[in-house]
Amino acid sequence: MQEGTPLQSRQINRELLGSILNSPKWFWMAISILGFIVLAGMSAAGILINQGFGVTGLNRPVMWGFFITNFVFWIGISHAGVMLSAILRLSKAEWRRPATRAAEILTVFSLMTAMMMPLIHTGRPWRTVYWIYTLPFIPYDYARGIWPNVRSPLVWDPSAVYTYLTSSVLFVLVALIPDFAVLRDRTTGLSNRIYGMLAMGWQGNPRQWKLQIIAGVLLSALILPVFVSVHSIVSWDFGMAVSVKSWHSTIFAPYFVVGAVHSGVSAVAFVLILLRYAYGWQNYIRHEHIDALGRLLVVVATGWFYFFVMEVIFGFYGREADEIAVRNLQFMISPWNVWMFIFVGLTYFLPVAIWLSRTCRRNLWIMSIACISVNIGMWLERFLIIVPGLARKQLLTFDWYTYRPSSVECLIIGSTFALVTMLMLLIARVVPLIPLYDIKEGEILRTEIKIGRVSVPATFRED
Amino acid sequence: MAKLPILGLYESADHAADAGDALKAAGVPPTDYDFLTDAPYPEGAFGERHESHRLYLFPFIGALIGLTVGIMLTSMTQMAYPLVQGGKPILSLPPMAVVTYESTMLTAIAFTILGIIFESRLPAFKQGLYDTRITEGYIGVLVNVEENELTSTQTLLTQAGAIDVVRQGGGSGT
Repeated sequence: MQEGTPLQSRQINRELLGSILNSPKWFWMAISILGFIVLAGMSAAGILINQGFGVTGLNRPVMWGFFITNFVFWIGISHAGVMLSAILRLSKAEWRRPATRAAEILTVFSLMTAMMMPLIHTGRPWRTVYWIYTLPFIPYDYARGIWPNVRSPLVWDPSAVYTYLTSSVLFVLVALIPDFAVLRDRTTGLSNRIYGMLAMGWQGNPRQWKLQIIAGVLLSALILPVFVSVHSIVSWDFGMAVSVKSWHSTIFAPYFVVGAVHSGVSAVAFVLILLRYAYGWQNYIRHEHIDALGRLLVVVATGWFYFFVMEVIFGFYGREADEIAVRNLQFMISPWNVWMFIFVGLTYFLPVAIWLSRTCRRNLWIMSIACISVNIGMWLERFLIIVPGLARKQLLTFDWYTYRPSSVECLIIGSTFALVTMLMLLIARVVPLIPLYDIKEGEILRTEIKIGRVSVPATFRED
Repeated sequence: MAKLPILGLYESADHAADAGDALKAAGVPPTDYDFLTDAPYPEGAFGERHESHRLYLFPFIGALIGLTVGIMLTSMTQMAYPLVQGGKPILSLPPMAVVTYESTMLTAIAFTILGIIFESRLPAFKQGLYDTRITEGYIGVLVNVEENELTSTQTLLTQAGAIDVVRQGGGSGT
């Protein structure tokens, strides 16, 4: 895992700080277009808040639709950061180096976006604050006549997501300190003062580096259980609901976690390919890295497919009338069965067929198609879990209904993709999306081993 | 008399390690010199002193605080709303366990971050002698010596292969 030519520190600084010190020409154009889409989404949210839920396609019994689907989707994307950063760091996988920072930052932005969705879904987001805190140490405000169920799984959700968000932000910031020092040394004026403050006087002595390396491993080990808990708890929003048959499943927690890793790692692979093209980081994000992600994804996708099949089999095997009604809707009735077919094809069969070929894994265009395919499929998966379950919530057929999203909902959902892309571009303007010191460490440890008549690129590894 | 800093810059780890050996041979205490780099080198690469730390204590302290806060927050919340729902007890353990787990992990992570910053001796806003070439790949050997030893230390650093030696106040020479 050490293809490519050796790199000098000066070259690494120049190339990886290029996105910060010299903004590319297309940057502000891209920000303007994405900003316009975000504004359109905000306007749509404004209409929703002003006019009420009538502007959405939500109606009894389907009261969770696009917003909650999108919430689960972005929570899933957020699992990329810890999956790549923590697991690869703990296993000392050499190819993690260029991927960790972008993955961690994608985690932060996708979590922020995810948390907007339930707020918009409430219809009156300002009232959400009454659910949480009014006075310090008095968590719920009963005095205002709001009586939430303090034992509801929906209460667990914000505690898990905000823990994950706070941890991820801190994780990113600590790993950024050495890179802030590099920026401090390369900027002048106000930028220099800001980066100087953020670097906190970092000098790079052996003690600081030792603690930085231990921090990476220790925080990875601490965040991993949080990462597993977050999507488990998101799955319990559904799994703990006794009244919706197809949701009430014990397999949901691992099924959701593996699904989140599947969509998240695919998203990271796609982001890395985009960064490579956008900033010319061919020396850092190499074909070998995308190849390794592709191989990892074959395993993750197959794990996910196993849980998917189990979930469907358990549903059918019980032969309970209301469960069978949901499965009938999902597999036999158009257009749901068509969506189901598309979802399974896009999430598993198409991408895995691509990833099994080494040539395809090393073709960045084909890899991009595979990664986008997974994420369209995973979005559909969440939609096909949420809506059919609610549409057949009641056993009595007079209460069966369907759901058609309105243009307001579509616009808000579309704008979340623009928002995350815009935030990723903006952050690339202020912090390096590839950790400089991690790449430099890789170069320090790079070596060549001569075996017979060939020289094999290799890396030293400390225990 | 207060000690003054002097910084030697080296192009390779071998030269920096040679400088460390020369300083040790000259009787400079290990606490009076340090190696500054732009990337982590394997431990002991420069023959530097062993650094001990107490970072592993921080997550445990944080976890204990988080556990206590989590138990108090969830139990007090449930006691403040003593309405039986679905026949479940007022102090229901599963919801307590989930929120308490999250608060335990959150404070464990937050304390780890504090520990990293504290043990790294940061923030150090009064930065000592430093050279921006260190973040370009040069290795700095920072030595604190008595004023009357500055010239001999400079000679020692240069003989070990320093491409530049920097003194407080911008003075430099090879």
